[in-house]
Amino acid sequence: MVHWTAEEKQLIASVWGKVSVEECGAEALARLLIVYPWTQRFFSNFGNLSSPTAIIGNPKVRAHGKKVLTSFGEAVKNLDNIKGTYSKLSELHCEKLHVDPENFRLLGDILVIVLAAHFGRDFTPACQFAWQKLVGVVAHALAHKYH
Amino acid sequence: MLTGEDKKLIQQVWGKLGGAEEEVGAEALWRMFHSYPPTKTYFPHFDLSQGSDQIRGHGKKVVAALGNAIKNLDNLSQALSELSNLHAYNLRVDPPRFSLQFLSQCLQVVLATRLGKEYTPEVHSAVDKFMSAVAAVLAEKYR
Repeated sequence: MVHWTAEEKQLIASVWGKVSVEECGAEALARLLIVYPWTQRFFSNFGNLSSPTAIIGNPKVRAHGKKVLTSFGEAVKNLDNIKGTYSKLSELHCEKLHVDPENFRLLGDILVIVLAAHFGRDFTPACQFAWQKLVGVVAHALAHKYH
Repeated sequence: MLTGEDKKLIQQVWGKLGGAEEEVGAEALWRMFHSYPPTKTYFPHFDLSQGSDQIRGHGKKVVAALGNAIKNLDNLSQALSELSNLHAYNLRVDPPRFSLQFLSQCLQVVLATRLGKEYTPEVHSAVDKFMSAVAAVLAEKYR
């Protein structure tokens, strides 16, 4: 089980409280597809992903980004049992979606950068630490059921 | 591969730092030590407390090297040749593609906090590619 200090929990909650799940989710997923274009392999039915502009404006990307970050919220609500929270999703990503877990780390790092751009100086080193830890734990949990 | 557009964006973004390069370097290092404690193992001889002179000094060095690389985007191998030797034979930092990824992440976080919306997906992509290219050159001579 992961140990979270009171400060880490507070930093995570306070950032999350100010996040627009829809905007940040869309932004993070779009950036994943732009910065690491090979990740587009999982989204061949999303339509036009031919340029950064197309990706950012793509409604399927926006919708899926929102879905992904909404799910991330479950981790924030269940910091003490992230593995359990993502057990089914982990199986799904392995058995149905066939996603290399390395992609979870990539998305996690991108989410941190999106938060940094959004919060500016308020995204302090302590904040970054808590969030890098969280995205790492989420990535680990999503990879946990792979076989 | 860095496209012409990538190179332009990288130079632009670096230009926007307007003299704050040293602070950016120090902050990136501090964030890296804070978020990825294993990176501290390479600096047992440093005072690693926040704001230490050594972190500032080293941040300045790192940023100067990156600045030099940015001026020589068409020939990174040559521009970073000395540093490549240093990392391979003296410093032997865990192959840069691991450690530099942490520095790259933290540098990007610092840039993002300072540039906000101006740290667009296109700029983000260009900087990420640049840092990957730097890491690849630094790792060239490892074995």
